[in-house]
Amino acid sequence: MSLFQDTYDVIVVGAGHAGSEAAAAAANMGCSTLLITMNLQNIAQMSCNPAMGGIAKGQIVREIDALGGYSGIVSDTSAIQFKMLNKSKGPAMWSPRVQSDRMRFAEDWRLLLEKTPNLDFYQEMVSALLVDKDKVVGVRTSLGIEIKAKSVVLTNGTFLNGLIHIGDKNFGGGRAGEKAATGITEQLVDFGFDSGRMKTGTPPRVDGRSLDYSKMEEQPGDEHPAKFSFLDITKPLTHQRSCHMTYTSPEVHDLLREGFDRSPMFNGRIQSLGPRYCPSIEDKINRFADKERHQIFVEPEGWNTIEVYVNGFSTSLPEDVQFKALRSVKGFERVKFFRAGYAIEYDYFPPTQLMHTLETKLISGLYFAGQINGTTGYEEAASQGLMAGINAALKVKEREPFILKRNEAYIGVLIDDLITKGTEEPYRMFTSRAEYRTLLRQDNADFRLTPKGYELGLASEKRLRRMEKKLANSEAFVQFFKDTSVKPEEINPILEEKDSSTMNQSDKMFKIFSRPNISFDDMVKIPSVKDYVVAHQLDDEVIEQTEIQVKYSGYIEKEKNNADKLNRLEDIKIPKNFDYSKIKSMSYEAREKLSKIRPITVSQASRISGVSPNDVSVLLVYMGR
Amino acid sequence: MILDETIIALATPSGAGAIAVIRLSGPKAIEMAATHFKSVSGKNLSEQKTHTIHLGHIVDNNRIIDEVLVSIFKNPNSYTGEDVIEISCHGSLYIQQEIIQLFLKKGCKMANAGEFTLRAFLNGKLDLSQAEAVADLIASENEASHQIAMQQMRGGFSNEIAMLREELLNFASLIELELDFSEEDVEFADRSQFKILLERIEQVLKRLIDSFAVGNVIKNGIPVAIVGEPNVGKSTLLNALLNEERAIVSEIAGTTRDTVEDEITIGGMGFRFIDTAGIRETKDVVESIGIKKTFEKIEQAQVVIYLFDGSTAKAKLDDVAIELAKIRNKYPQKPLITIANKIDVLTDTELAEINKTIPDVLLLSAKTGFGVEQLTNKLLTMINSGALRNNETIVTNTRHYDALLKALEEILKVRHGLESGLSGDLMAIDIRQALYYFGEITGQVSNDELLGNIFANFCIGK
Repeated sequence: MSLFQDTYDVIVVGAGHAGSEAAAAAANMGCSTLLITMNLQNIAQMSCNPAMGGIAKGQIVREIDALGGYSGIVSDTSAIQFKMLNKSKGPAMWSPRVQSDRMRFAEDWRLLLEKTPNLDFYQEMVSALLVDKDKVVGVRTSLGIEIKAKSVVLTNGTFLNGLIHIGDKNFGGGRAGEKAATGITEQLVDFGFDSGRMKTGTPPRVDGRSLDYSKMEEQPGDEHPAKFSFLDITKPLTHQRSCHMTYTSPEVHDLLREGFDRSPMFNGRIQSLGPRYCPSIEDKINRFADKERHQIFVEPEGWNTIEVYVNGFSTSLPEDVQFKALRSVKGFERVKFFRAGYAIEYDYFPPTQLMHTLETKLISGLYFAGQINGTTGYEEAASQGLMAGINAALKVKEREPFILKRNEAYIGVLIDDLITKGTEEPYRMFTSRAEYRTLLRQDNADFRLTPKGYELGLASEKRLRRMEKKLANSEAFVQFFKDTSVKPEEINPILEEKDSSTMNQSDKMFKIFSRPNISFDDMVKIPSVKDYVVAHQLDDEVIEQTEIQVKYSGYIEKEKNNADKLNRLEDIKIPKNFDYSKIKSMSYEAREKLSKIRPITVSQASRISGVSPNDVSVLLVYMGR
Repeated sequence: MILDETIIALATPSGAGAIAVIRLSGPKAIEMAATHFKSVSGKNLSEQKTHTIHLGHIVDNNRIIDEVLVSIFKNPNSYTGEDVIEISCHGSLYIQQEIIQLFLKKGCKMANAGEFTLRAFLNGKLDLSQAEAVADLIASENEASHQIAMQQMRGGFSNEIAMLREELLNFASLIELELDFSEEDVEFADRSQFKILLERIEQVLKRLIDSFAVGNVIKNGIPVAIVGEPNVGKSTLLNALLNEERAIVSEIAGTTRDTVEDEITIGGMGFRFIDTAGIRETKDVVESIGIKKTFEKIEQAQVVIYLFDGSTAKAKLDDVAIELAKIRNKYPQKPLITIANKIDVLTDTELAEINKTIPDVLLLSAKTGFGVEQLTNKLLTMINSGALRNNETIVTNTRHYDALLKALEEILKVRHGLESGLSGDLMAIDIRQALYYFGEITGQVSNDELLGNIFANFCIGK
C-alpha cells in the first residue's frame, strides 16, 4: 500500500519561513495540505542571524500577523530582546525588532504547525514536479513516490544546487551540514523557465564563554518592550538579554587581506551577485578601504545557549584567516569557533516569471515563494509564503485571487517589485521602496489588513473584534481632542515647560496636540484628558494610535491623496493577450519589456524600467479605459 | 494621466497673430476663469449657461492683462467632454504668456502634447480609430518637443538642471540613509549643511524661474516702447527702423491710437518695438484710453524711447522735461533714451537750446535717417552694458517653468520642515515631490536610483 493515496489541495515543498507560512495559511483556510521537507527536525530554521524584524522588515512581520500568519506570534514567544527602532523619527519609521532564541523559534513554529488542522508532514527530498500539460498535478520524491496535489508551492530557499564556499574549498549543500536539493531546477528549465544564480553569506558562530564582554559596549533592549502580534495571546518581555558591540581595526583588516588570494569572492570562483546591503567583511574593507573600522554585533543565540552569532562578520575567507582575524578583534582575543562563516551559491528563478499571486505564468497551480524568487530575509520569505499559500488555497476553492496593492502593504510593494522589475541581487525590503510609507506603518497593519485576513478565513474573529475596538476607541479619542477646549491657565504651564508659545484664549486641544514638540505625555497632564483615559480604560495601543492620528494627519492625508492618484491608473486593466507590437508609437524597448512581463494594469506597466511616461500615455490611449 | 487636474494650453498656433485662443479643460476650468475674469456687464462667469460668450477683462488682482472674449462649454458638451473655457485674447506673445502663467500660478497644469485630445478620447468623445490617430500624433509631438527641449537645454540649462537634480538626489539619499540604515555605523551629513544646500537649490530655482521672463524676451524680442506726443514722428521712426511701411503714418495728431508691435533684428538681437500713443493730457476719450495703454506698455517694456518733435519743441521743451521726469519717477529702473526728432529742419542755435534743456538727448531725423544708427548702437550698448544683461542660464519652456515653480514650492516646504526639526520620513515626502518635478524636466527618478546612490557611497550592512 503506497504512502499517499488522496490528492492534496496544496503541497508545500520546503519548511523554512516561506514554506511554514504557506502551509499554515493553506491549512487554516481549509485546504488539505502536505508539508514536505528534507529534514523535519529543521522546520523554520533561522539559517542566518537570530533576529526577526528591523526597519521595513518589522512592518512586514506586523502585516503577516495582521493577516493571520504565525511569524509574529512565534517571534514574540521566542524573543530574548525587543527594540523599537527609529523611535526618534516619524511613526512610519518605527520598526519593531527582536533578538530570538534560535532553538525556541524553530520549536515554537513546529508546535504551532502540529496544532494546525488539515496539515500533514513528510520528510523527503522532492526531486521533480508532476505536470500535466501546463498544470501541476503533484510531486515526485527522491524515493520515487508520487504524491498528487491540485497545487504546489515551492519554497526551496538556498537548497537548489546549493554550493557552499569556504576559502578555496567548496562543496554541495543547502545550509551548513545539510544536503543540497537537485533535479527541480533542471526540470523547470526544461519547461521553459529562466534560472539564475545568487550568492549570500553568513558569519562564524562562536563560543560565548570565550569572549570578553567587558571590552565591548552593551546593547540592551528597550526599557518598555512592545511585541509583534496584535493578539493578546503573547505578552511583552519582562526580562531581556543584551547584545554587545565591538569593532574591527586596521590590524584586523590587514589580516583579512592576507587571505584575499584564497577568497572565492576575489579569485573569480563566485560569479553570482550577493546583496549590496549585506556585504561580507572582505567586501566592506575592499570597497571602503579608507574606513578604519567596522561594527561587529555580538548576538546571543538564545536564553540559555552559549552559542553566539558574530553579526557584521559575514565571510567566505579560509577558516584559518577568519579565525586569525577575529582573534584580533577587541573582546575576541581568545575566541573559540563553533563553525566558520561561509558563502553559498544557489539557483533562483527571476521573479518576472510570476503573476501577482506568485503563481508561475508557465505552469498553472505552481507557486514560488522566498529565496527561489531572488529575495533575502526571513520576513520577505515568510510574507511571500503566506501570500502563495493564500492564493494556492483560493485557486483550489475557485475564489478570486488575493493581491495587496502598493499602498496597502509592504507585502504588496515586495511582490509588485519582484514580478514587475525583477531583481539582479538578493532583494531586501527598505522603507524607501514604498512610495507611500506614511500609510504603511507597523501600528496600523491591523487596520489595513485584518479585515482582509478575516474575509479570507485566515484571521480569527477575535482578531477582527480587537482591531475594531482599537479603531473605535482611537477614533473617539481623536474626536475628543477635536471637540474639547482647554483654557490658557490649564495649558500654559505645560506649554512654558516645553518652550512652546502660550495661549491668550481657550482653543481646541487638537490644535495644541498637533504642535511638533507637544506629546501625549504633555497632554495627559490636563485633568480632562487624564479623566478620559481612565474612564475609557484606554491602553497604550489606543493612545499611540490617537497620537499618530492627531500629529501626522496632514502627512497621512497628503500621501492618501497621492495614493488615490496611483489607484486610478491601477484601475485601468490591460487585456491579457494585448499585442504590444502593434503600437508603433511606443519605443522598441518598452514594447519588448511589456510583452515579456505582461503587466496587468497601466500602473504596473509604468513601473517597469524602460517604460517611459510617454509610453504610458500611448498605452492609456489604447486601453480606452 | 490625472483627469481631475485642470489643464491649460494655447489652442492657436504659437506666435503673434491678431487673436489667440487659450483653452482650459478640467473640473476647475470655469471656477478658475471666473476668478480672473471681470465681465463688462458685471456677470459672474460661473453662473452663465453653456455655449455662451462673454466680453470682459482678464485681471490679476486689479491689473488688467487684456480685454478678452470668454466662451463657456460645460461638460459633457465640449471638445474634451470636461468643462472647457476658451479665452480669445489679443494675439501678442506677451499677453498669451501672461494669461497662461496667471493660471499656472493658480494651480492649473500645463497640458502635455495632445492631452486635450487624449482627454477627449478618455471621456468617450472620440472613437478608437480616431484615437489611434491621436496616439501617432502624441508620439510625433513628443519627438518634436524632445528636440525643442534639447535645443533649449543647450548653453548650460541642461547642466544646471542635472546638477540640481544630482544634489537633490544626494540629499534624498542622505535622508533615506538615516531612515533605512539608522542602525548602521554611517555618518549623516549635518543639518546645517542640508540647510545651505537647500538655500542654494532655492536660489538656483528662483534664478531659473526669473530667467523665464528673460528667456521669453530672447525668444520673443526685447520690448522697447516708443513714447511721445502725437505727431512727433514715432511711426516714421518705427518705419525708419523697420525699413518698411507697417505702422500708420499720417499728419493728423493721434492717429496711432492702438499699440502696434514689430520686430527688428539689430546686431543679432531681436527687438520688439511697441509704437504707443503719447502721454499728453487729453479730453478725447479714445485717446485717453490710448494714454493708459501707453503706461501699461512702458511697464512691460525693457527699454523706453521718449521721442519729441525738435522742430516744434521750442515752446514745449519744459513740457518735455516734465513728461520725462514723470516717466523717470514712475519707472526709475527703466533704461530711457530721449530723442529729438525732425532735427533736419533746425538751426544750430535751436539744437544747442535742446541740448542744454534736455540732457543726454539724441538728435535724430527719422526722415533723413540721421541719428538712426546712433540709436541702434545705443540700444545694443544697453544690452551689453548690463542694463539688460541676461542670466547665463535661461528657461524658455513654459512646461519647464511650470515644473520649476512646483519644485520650488516643495523645496520651500522641505526647508520649513528642516527648520522646524521635522522627522526625515516626513521631509522625504516633500523631497520626493521636488525630485519628481525635476524628473519632469530631465527624465524619471525612481526609488531604485535612491538606493543605488546609497549603496554606491556608503558602507552599509551588518
